[in-house]
Amino acid sequence: MLSFRPVAVLFALALLPAVAEAADDVGALRAELQALKNDYSARVDALEARIQQLEAAPAVAAAGSPPPEAPATRPASGASAFNPAISLILGGSYTNTSRNPEDWNIAGFPPPGGEVGPGERSFSLGESELTFAASIDPYFSGQLTAAITGENEIEVEEAFVRTTALPDGFTGKLGRFFSGVGYLNEVHAHAWDFVDQPLVYQAMLGGQFRQEGVQVKWLAPTDLFVEFGAEAGNGGSFPSTRGGGNGLNATTLFAHVGGDVGDYTSWRTGLAWLDGNAEDREGGIADAEGSPLFESFTGDTRTWVVDGVLKWAPSPRRELKVQGEYMRREESGEIGGDGVLLADDYRSTQSGWYLQGVYLFAPRWRVGARYDSLDSGTPRYTPAPDGLRSANPDRLSLMLDWNPSEFSRLRAQYDWDDARDDGEVDRVLRLQYIYGIGAHGAHKY
Amino acid sequence: MKNSIRLLVLLLVAGVLPAHAALKVLATTPDWGALTREIGGERVDVYVATTALQDVHRVEARPSLVARARSADLVVATGAELEVGWLPVLIQESGNSRIQPGAAGYFEAASALKLLEVPTTLDRAMGDIHPHGNPHVQLDPHNIATVAHALTAKLTALEPAQAAYYAARGQDFDARWADAIKRWEAKAEPLKGERVVIMHRDQAYLCHWLGLNEVASIEPKPGVPPTASYLGQLVTRLTSTPPRLILLNAYNDAKPANWLSARVHAPAVVLPFSVGGSPEAKDLFGLFDDTIDKLLAAK
Repeated sequence: MLSFRPVAVLFALALLPAVAEAADDVGALRAELQALKNDYSARVDALEARIQQLEAAPAVAAAGSPPPEAPATRPASGASAFNPAISLILGGSYTNTSRNPEDWNIAGFPPPGGEVGPGERSFSLGESELTFAASIDPYFSGQLTAAITGENEIEVEEAFVRTTALPDGFTGKLGRFFSGVGYLNEVHAHAWDFVDQPLVYQAMLGGQFRQEGVQVKWLAPTDLFVEFGAEAGNGGSFPSTRGGGNGLNATTLFAHVGGDVGDYTSWRTGLAWLDGNAEDREGGIADAEGSPLFESFTGDTRTWVVDGVLKWAPSPRRELKVQGEYMRREESGEIGGDGVLLADDYRSTQSGWYLQGVYLFAPRWRVGARYDSLDSGTPRYTPAPDGLRSANPDRLSLMLDWNPSEFSRLRAQYDWDDARDDGEVDRVLRLQYIYGIGAHGAHKY
Repeated sequence: MKNSIRLLVLLLVAGVLPAHAALKVLATTPDWGALTREIGGERVDVYVATTALQDVHRVEARPSLVARARSADLVVATGAELEVGWLPVLIQESGNSRIQPGAAGYFEAASALKLLEVPTTLDRAMGDIHPHGNPHVQLDPHNIATVAHALTAKLTALEPAQAAYYAARGQDFDARWADAIKRWEAKAEPLKGERVVIMHRDQAYLCHWLGLNEVASIEPKPGVPPTASYLGQLVTRLTSTPPRLILLNAYNDAKPANWLSARVHAPAVVLPFSVGGSPEAKDLFGLFDDTIDKLLAAK
């Protein structure tokens, strides 16, 4: 390369007279400029090579003198130099269900709203996720993730600033963000190991619990990973509601502990508590015939989440990931229907869990299985309702995905979904694609 | 005499300073871990985030690493986006303002080096390319020497009171390393110009340093595993002018290299790639001793 440049310059110079003869003045001028440019770049290259040689040479002679200055990498310049990192996720799916997805529900649970259920039949465009992220100044960084839905709506998934300069292991977040409760709650849809969230997430948190408020986390200064966090928010996300008051409608507390076992195994486990207020939350539990017992709920909603994940990666081409979470929700308060108070001593305890395993069995192939189970319990209130029985919705999912690169994924998932209150199984086949372009994202554990 | 003075200095240092005062360093690869130990000696407490048997592109921001990042005084990374998939998360989750990029406790080896293979166009259709150039810099010992200088300066900046200690160790390493480079270059002279097939672009610096003639790469594009038809074409192309060696790293899948080896009748050599990649590669010196020994033995 270094010897090539001068040769090229010589060639250009040798050809110069011929070019000047053949072409007009403009052409000659252009050629001269080009030759000048080549000459300069050759000189710059030669200088760079000399600098490199000097640096590479052992600096024994320079004993006692300060080490040589490192060559600074040249940053981009111009008005666009501070543009944030931008990444875009493109996704979509083909869905085939044996039952009409419009009558999908989770037996014994209030309808969570949001993005739950198997989705529409046939081809559908998924959410296109657009993320902008950058440091704001030496103290904060900011991020926006917007989802452009297949229904042509733009939704702000997350928009928050995060502290980068707090001392002693503290970090703070301000804005709208996925809550730190549980393991999967913070994971964006494109990074899920299955097409959809586990049933327990759909029934208990409406898919993902989103905070709009403030989060503070503290990481202990120990070799074992020990983290504590607390959040306060407006409660705008199921199972709480925003309400009309000035107060906080959703507060959380959580703790995570994690570490390694040997060279190949890592783990993390957590415990979280979510305390929310609901005010005229729409939707009630249905009876055995499927008709709702009440229309709205006002009161306290408290959820415990226990989570655990274990990863075993003995080589870059083999990895097993096992995770499970358990949630238990207690609600107490008033229920109403048709604008009248039905009872003021409503109490319900509901729970659910999932367990899943995903195995990378060949360099680009993963297979996974997941089992979901819920227990609706029976609500208690006076006068005691008729026709109530507890329901145990469950679902089994099998998944196979192929990842041609870090940025693309094709997936097939088959579910035996027994969530509906009539107890008839829905067989769901989904084929999904997820592609990422733009900035290289970094994923959390 | 020299040793007894050093011992005296160490005893003094140990007496004056509390035992836990060592600088906590989180190194992303075993090579930077080893280099930090060479220069930092007793003054540094090094934790290495990866092993030679892992692919540094694909490491997870494990809880244990977040915990180490929390208490680190210094992060020693390769940079040039080699660790882009996990180090930013680690630093972000650590809640440690000392190691944020741009802060005093953040060091990138690549920023001290001129990288090979800086792409002129950036398009992911070209595979896993790195916008700032090839980040697998450790297999050229001249790069190690340059990074050693920059790292000495960084450690000194973090602990100005220990400047003499770091300068002495830095110079000592420098001298030993310069001798070793001379030894390796003389020993590896017969390898110059040998035709080799490489696995991934992470062997580019080794080839560049030793003057090996890269005739093909088992990966059709960086990070893209070979297809059967591509390997077939490779065999056709290499049969008339077979390579002398096929190089692969300890962490690579040996299958495609062995398959090719059997067809083009050239031995596949497993190189340590990083400190800890073979039993002999216990430190940086061992890494290069073993790499050159393995190359010469297979030739």
